Amino acid sequence: MLNYIWSFLVTGSVVCALLLGNTQSLSQAVIDSTASAVELLMTMAGVICLWSGLMKIAEQSGLTDIFARLFSPLLGRLFPRLDKKGAAFKCISMNISANLLGLGNTATPFGLKAMQELHRLNGESDTASDEMVIFVVMNTASLQLVPTMLATLRGSSGSAEPFDIIVPVWLSSACALAAALLIACCGNLISRKRRL
Amino acid sequence: MEFVLPAFAGIITTFALIKRVPVFDIFITGAREGFATLYKIAPTILGLVFAVSLLRSSGAIEVICRAAEPLAELLGFPKEIVPMALLRPVSGGGSTALLMSVFEDCGPDSFAGRVASVLAGSSETTFYAIAMYYGCVGVKKVRHTLIAAIAADLTAVIMSVVFVRLYFG
Repeated sequence: MLNYIWSFLVTGSVVCALLLGNTQSLSQAVIDSTASAVELLMTMAGVICLWSGLMKIAEQSGLTDIFARLFSPLLGRLFPRLDKKGAAFKCISMNISANLLGLGNTATPFGLKAMQELHRLNGESDTASDEMVIFVVMNTASLQLVPTMLATLRGSSGSAEPFDIIVPVWLSSACALAAALLIACCGNLISRKRRL
Repeated sequence: MEFVLPAFAGIITTFALIKRVPVFDIFITGAREGFATLYKIAPTILGLVFAVSLLRSSGAIEVICRAAEPLAELLGFPKEIVPMALLRPVSGGGSTALLMSVFEDCGPDSFAGRVASVLAGSSETTFYAIAMYYGCVGVKKVRHTLIAAIAADLTAVIMSVVFVRLYFG
């Protein structure tokens, strides 16, 4: 699936640039994109390494157990097959906590760790497990209690009330998350029925 | 809210000290694993940044926007936000730049500015998240992840207009 999307983006852009006469800026984009990819990776490198380190400390000291217990009533229902004391469950809890606090970049290392644990539980298969689908989908719907970045941007643009959009943001994210989870769970149920 | 990150780091360290865990040694082990993860996602990121910058410089977005504007107006969706809604799933930086230009053109407290804010707050860079999370473990068949994620994005687009209308009257 990602193969098709990526090829479509690349070939579609080339054709479009030819038709619109934007070939000059397209060539520039090819050159610039590698540099900006490396720049993005360097920014992520620091965040990922730092929080992977701190995550390891939290894991060893048993702090992640507390987070996992906090979220287990909710996450237990979404991931019924996962062991509530297992590493995957703890990583998912940490990822959700960081997301809720609005620490977008910090949530990523926890999420990547969670995926690695889920991958191990899935027998290193190249097909996504039910749990992976639900977990990734939860991360594509933005869950956050305090949209700090957004409010900062609004404030710097001269908004009188940078935080007054917070209630619609909550409601809209909740709907997006509900839609995503509904489809993910239905898809899981259908494929489980088919396997029986 | 700026204090959340340091506080989080402080709590983790203090808790570990109380539990008598060799804090720094474990930190080093974990950070090293972080590098291994980075190594795994690097090609995915490079490929996506390449494709998205081609898309943005080809002028394709402007063409799609012009085609989508009449439809947006018909549905009561402010047309200034169409480019941002289209770029949101593939590019975080790109859609933030477009959000700022909506703020500049219409003001952050205008209807368009509010819808753009709510949309930015309730959606994610979907394709990055999917490619990165699956890329780091080498999963190729993502099953129904994409459909569910696109449903989330569409819901966020529709609901941001609905809730801004309801909430701000």
